[in-house]
Amino acid sequence: MSEITGTVYTETVVHAAPEPFVNEAPYQTAIVELDSGGRVTGRIAGERVAIDDRVVQVETRGGIPFFRRMA
Amino acid sequence: MRSVTIVGIGKTPFGAFPDRDLRSLALEAGRKCMKNGHMQPEQVEAFYLGNFAGPAFAGQNHLAPYISSALGMAGIPSTRFEAACASGGSAFFHAYHAVASGVFDVVMVAGVEKMTSQPTARVSEILAGAGDCSGEMRAGSTFASLFAMIARRHMYQFGTTREHLAAVAVKNHANGVLNPDAHMRKQVTMEQVLAGRPIAEPLTLYDCSLISDGAAAVLLAPAERAAEFTEKPVRVLACAQASDYVALEQKPDITTFPAVRRAAQKAYAAAGLQASDINVAELHDCFTIAEIIALEDLGFAARGAGGPYTASGQTALTGERPVNTSGGLKAKGHPVGATGVAQICDLSIQLRCEAGERQVQRASVGLAQNLGGSGATCVVTILGVV
Repeated sequence: MSEITGTVYTETVVHAAPEPFVNEAPYQTAIVELDSGGRVTGRIAGERVAIDDRVVQVETRGGIPFFRRMA
Repeated sequence: MRSVTIVGIGKTPFGAFPDRDLRSLALEAGRKCMKNGHMQPEQVEAFYLGNFAGPAFAGQNHLAPYISSALGMAGIPSTRFEAACASGGSAFFHAYHAVASGVFDVVMVAGVEKMTSQPTARVSEILAGAGDCSGEMRAGSTFASLFAMIARRHMYQFGTTREHLAAVAVKNHANGVLNPDAHMRKQVTMEQVLAGRPIAEPLTLYDCSLISDGAAAVLLAPAERAAEFTEKPVRVLACAQASDYVALEQKPDITTFPAVRRAAQKAYAAAGLQASDINVAELHDCFTIAEIIALEDLGFAARGAGGPYTASGQTALTGERPVNTSGGLKAKGHPVGATGVAQICDLSIQLRCEAGERQVQRASVGLAQNLGGSGATCVVTILGVV
């Protein structure tokens, strides 16, 4: 299976989380422009990312894609 | 379409009122409005209510007849409108068209929200229901985080700075100090905003509007009947509503709101006016970046120039086009369903020259812009002195 890759379109680090996510804060979310087309809102695992960074999807949790910055 | 006027206005103060429930807030605004418009309940033919999340915040549904009957209007058509933070504006839009088209003569539009009985994390969760709950919100987004992502992109594309965002908060807090009904009557400095607790980077606490309780109401009547109710009618020159995608990721460019542009174009065309004709405005500053983008989408500033335009002082009380003289959602407060109706009240107060210390000179044409969610609904209303 080929990797899902893309480019960070925008991002933020959430400090004040809604109730279901309070224990996970702070965490980074991003809108990723997928190489295969379209955009998806996901979470960032590991090191923080910035706009234009290249990312790869590392897992899906609760229907939400998690991305990590590509080396 | 016939000419429509605002013949009565009424608002509660905005704030955190632990002893007040949703209905008592709506009743206060409705009764003040009827008194202001010298109106008896039996003269009102229909009731339009803006409310975002009464069932979640206050455990009460079926709100429109719940409130209209308590106001002495049992019997008339009473309907709640939900369009996220544009619920009040949407109720006004539909009421305006009912009067303009001759379906009704006299109608009341009210907006109410009771938010402060819930802890902040729960409020964020309820508000998140206005986003795409099968996508962006499942990733842990809040409305602050969606607007933070918008701010990041605006900064990236146009060079908007952290200080530009802060300038919106400083200005609106300064105006809020002069508004006796504002939730937060406190000056803030640029340094305080920049050093504020992070909410969603780059936004701090001071970039975010307030969680408030409050209600507002207006009475509409055809222009030819305005004199029966008031000596100071305000004319509705236009009211337009537009929509867009709910999920931020579906918008091709998140630094502009197509629904705002569409609604503004329709409203300007209907009123026979352009952006340069507007001399006072109440804009939807749910977050500081939202006011900057609204300035651009409404044509007050060039694309990408909303930040520098704000920093230049042109939107301050003494500037060429004062914006959010009420303090805006930022300082006046943001009881979600009430906001769109309160904007109409605040503009009417300016056009009736009743704004006291915050009165704008030569206020003859005003514009209100009420935004829902991250831009999926927008209502633009233009008011003028009769």
